Amino acid sequence: MNDFVKPTIEYAQIWPLLVVFGVACAGVLVEAFVGRENRYLAQATLTLGGLVAALAGVVTVALHLEDLDGIAHGSITTEGSIAVDGPTVFLWGLLLILSIAGALLFTERRLEGGLTDFAGRASTIPGSEAERQASTMGVEQTEVYPLLMFSVFGMMLFPAANDLLMMFVALEVMSLPLYLLSGLARRRRLLSQEAALKYFLLGAFSSGFFLYGVALIYGFSGSMSLASISEAVANNVGNQTLLLIGLGMLSVGLLFKVSAVPFQSWTPDVYQGAPTSVTAFMAAGTKVAAFGAMLRLFYVAFGTDRWSWQPMLWVIAILTMLVGAVLAVVQTDVKRMLAYSSVAHSGFIITGVLGVQSAAALAKGEITSLQAVLFYLVTYGFATLGAFAVVTLVRDSGGETTALSRWAGLGREAPVVAAMFAFFLLAMAGIPLTSGFVGKWAVFAVALSAGAWPVVVVAVLASMIAAFFYIRVIWLMYFSDPVGEGPAVTRPSLLTATTIGLALGVTLLLGILPQPVLDLAGRAGEFIR
Amino acid sequence: MNDFPWLTLLIVVPLVGAVVTAFLPRARGSALPKQVGLAFSGLTLVLAAVMATSYATDGGMQLEEQHSWISAAGVHYALGLDGLGLLMVLLTVVLVPIVLVASWADADQGSPHAFVGWVLALEAMSLAVFTATDVFLFYVVFEATLIPAYFLIGGFGRPGRSRAAVKFLIYQLVGGLVMLASVIGLYAVSSDAGTPSYLLSDLKSLDIGTQTERWLFLGFFVAFAIKAPMFPVHTWLADTTEKATTGTSVLLVCVLDKIGTFGMLRYCLGLFPGASQWATPVVVVLALVSIVYGAFVAIGQDDVLRLIGLTSLSHFGFIVLGIFVFSTQGGSGAVLYMVNHGMGTALLFLIAGFMIRRSGTTLISEMRGIEKVTPVLAGVFLVAGLAGAGLPGLAPFVSEMLVLISAFNHAWWAGAVAVTAIVLAAIYMLWMYQRTMTGPTPTPVAVEGAPDLGRREMGVVAPLLLGLVLFGFFPMPLLNVINPYVESTLAEVGVTDEPSVVPVSDPVPAGSVEGGQE
Repeated sequence: MNDFVKPTIEYAQIWPLLVVFGVACAGVLVEAFVGRENRYLAQATLTLGGLVAALAGVVTVALHLEDLDGIAHGSITTEGSIAVDGPTVFLWGLLLILSIAGALLFTERRLEGGLTDFAGRASTIPGSEAERQASTMGVEQTEVYPLLMFSVFGMMLFPAANDLLMMFVALEVMSLPLYLLSGLARRRRLLSQEAALKYFLLGAFSSGFFLYGVALIYGFSGSMSLASISEAVANNVGNQTLLLIGLGMLSVGLLFKVSAVPFQSWTPDVYQGAPTSVTAFMAAGTKVAAFGAMLRLFYVAFGTDRWSWQPMLWVIAILTMLVGAVLAVVQTDVKRMLAYSSVAHSGFIITGVLGVQSAAALAKGEITSLQAVLFYLVTYGFATLGAFAVVTLVRDSGGETTALSRWAGLGREAPVVAAMFAFFLLAMAGIPLTSGFVGKWAVFAVALSAGAWPVVVVAVLASMIAAFFYIRVIWLMYFSDPVGEGPAVTRPSLLTATTIGLALGVTLLLGILPQPVLDLAGRAGEFIR
Repeated sequence: MNDFPWLTLLIVVPLVGAVVTAFLPRARGSALPKQVGLAFSGLTLVLAAVMATSYATDGGMQLEEQHSWISAAGVHYALGLDGLGLLMVLLTVVLVPIVLVASWADADQGSPHAFVGWVLALEAMSLAVFTATDVFLFYVVFEATLIPAYFLIGGFGRPGRSRAAVKFLIYQLVGGLVMLASVIGLYAVSSDAGTPSYLLSDLKSLDIGTQTERWLFLGFFVAFAIKAPMFPVHTWLADTTEKATTGTSVLLVCVLDKIGTFGMLRYCLGLFPGASQWATPVVVVLALVSIVYGAFVAIGQDDVLRLIGLTSLSHFGFIVLGIFVFSTQGGSGAVLYMVNHGMGTALLFLIAGFMIRRSGTTLISEMRGIEKVTPVLAGVFLVAGLAGAGLPGLAPFVSEMLVLISAFNHAWWAGAVAVTAIVLAAIYMLWMYQRTMTGPTPTPVAVEGAPDLGRREMGVVAPLLLGLVLFGFFPMPLLNVINPYVESTLAEVGVTDEPSVVPVSDPVPAGSVEGGQE
């Protein structure tokens, strides 16, 4: 039997990841040892402190990335299973900022009259005496903070994973806490629990696909590591059928996470049922992480076999954009509408993913598909987070009023809130002078440069349909008469206000001066293998 | 003086005005926002006038500014002014204060802060559109004009305006997105050729394949055709002018819609000369359909504002026809038409607005004999109507004549069809005048104080009347700016005038035609 060899772990590179993981574990201990009355404060401080520390860590790591051949920088760590390179660090930074903003929404207590958005005691049966008791006692479920941190840890690991096994672990670490969080809404708990169950079942199913794909690809290449798979693909060593089926299975798992058609059916239900703060965090974070992983998988492992997966992505992108945009038109609930709009956005991002070209085909200074997708993820993440944060403000006695009909006349009741929401919608519609426009331009441009003009034509068509429903909401808020009492806006505390302000600032700034972030995404360079 | 960023200043002043107006204290019935807005638009007018004095008529692109904006995309913040741009800028800065004064009462039905703020924002964006020399920047401000326009239509005007606003916005966004595809296509083409750049000057020297050029041309042309508007994508026009306030309609039809024909000249002809000539037969036919169809539909209208909106469809047909016959007369006529139409239609809309405020209805069938009560208003209305119908001595006549001559030179049938519009225009204008103004029993006029035009209203119509008469008799100041621009544009397209069939002694054909008409 071989001796046990201690694995080398490059703590200097991956410590932000470990900070998040450590804080998540510490959060569990806080649950066990800190008194109930102090837990909220302790957890909130720990979570936000941990995220900020990790963000600071990411910045230091980014500044000390090893430079390889000028285009890519970074290094492969942890026995080849985690790649800390430019794109990884970029996505880490983005995920942490989005998580901080999401965590601020988690800690908001003013909107629900002194309580958070989460069920007081999740184990009680909806409508039961115990639930009412928990509610009157003001009990809070503070486990959400460690869950959030575990999920953030998974999200950060996902795009950094450099072998398929690590990728699968990250996928699960990211998803499992989210399944739980989705079921913890304080109001309309049955809907929330249904959403959680649906998400869990479908999510577990898609993970199964992913795992099966991992096995098949291992069968093809004899390795889990993305670099070796890439080599195997280039040398065409194994059974092509195994490769193609395996690739398809892996894609199912990833496309499910980004809610691409035909794996989008969970999205509206989960986005609607989950507590809105969770939806905001999940909508932004999951998509960033999953697209990061998808980029790495397709570009690194299967980059030499582009012709096998690009046509598939063409079809998926076209379907996703059209289905998302068309179904969003008929929604009557604002959260469901945003969910379908996020489906459509997945399609736009896939348009960017399939716009990859070999470095030789690119002109000097031309935007790369990686750069375009990273930029789009920034714009999309903040616009979505901001939009959902605004949704938490519009309330009546029964909690949030998400029915679109109740949003009529919001522009007169609360001009500032309506204006902010309108701005986020315009950003999602891709109107110039918002970040969404530059993002859309970037992904369309790379796709067109790669010759995917049919996809771009459909994308333009889908943008027209999408513009229609965004404008319908703006019309509803400003030019439509309120029904009954009309909507009311609750004043949030500084926490939610910070999140909205941050999202608004980023969306506006990137619309007018996108250069720094585009540069940053460009400087992130290539993936390393 | 020439290093000073005049054009940026010109854009920033109204923009600052918009922000300042929005944050003024909100007192009921206060005239403060309107006064402040007027001051800012007046300042812009003065600035533009000062700037115009330094413009050299045959100097090509002037007052240029250029800064890198998004280097990854080859995008620059680049502004410049040529003859066409100068006239459009001047038209805009003149019309905005007039509209603000004319809408003094209309602005009060909603929030005057919002009205004035959006008008100034629209002015800023329009000025940016007319001065942008980078395609990306142009696209950004082109789309950005929609937001103020949307809120102006949806927030102020007659019942049903919010639907009209949505219809307007959807049409324009669809056009904009089609154009976006072409804008992105230009990026792909320009980066294939070396370094990506969106500068107009770089793109002009680009060698685009014939097939690609045609597709890109179509993207731009569709957007501009919707904007202008042209048959068959004109249906938003009448709905919008019917529901919006007349002040908004002036800004829409006289300034914003000009972006359509402006874009055809600067971008379709400038970037895709080959494709423009390829498309000429279809475009000419569409323009002719717009001319005749617009006139016929206008005759059948019972709503004054719809009628005026649809006459513009006919007039834009003339402008497009002039652009796409590719001759100096046609080009000069089209650009001149853009200015004259701006003045004439603005006057018509504003005076119709005054009339509607007095009679309380927009329907022609419910108005009669108004000239008995308000002779001055009726007189101005008649002049505006006759200008629209192309009466000699008023400005639109000159431009219409130039376009018609060039149309006959292009193809006899094109001229023959276009010329019918003169008769049709006389019908819709005079018949409208007859039904609303003449007749034995006047409609009751419900306006407290002066039933006829007041001082403020006179102040609004006077400059427009003056312009119509002055440029009707003496269009040379405008043509001196236009002719060099048109000649250089046609030279870029690679067209030279065919030898004229009419013997002329003057070496400049456009000038000689002018001389004949005066």
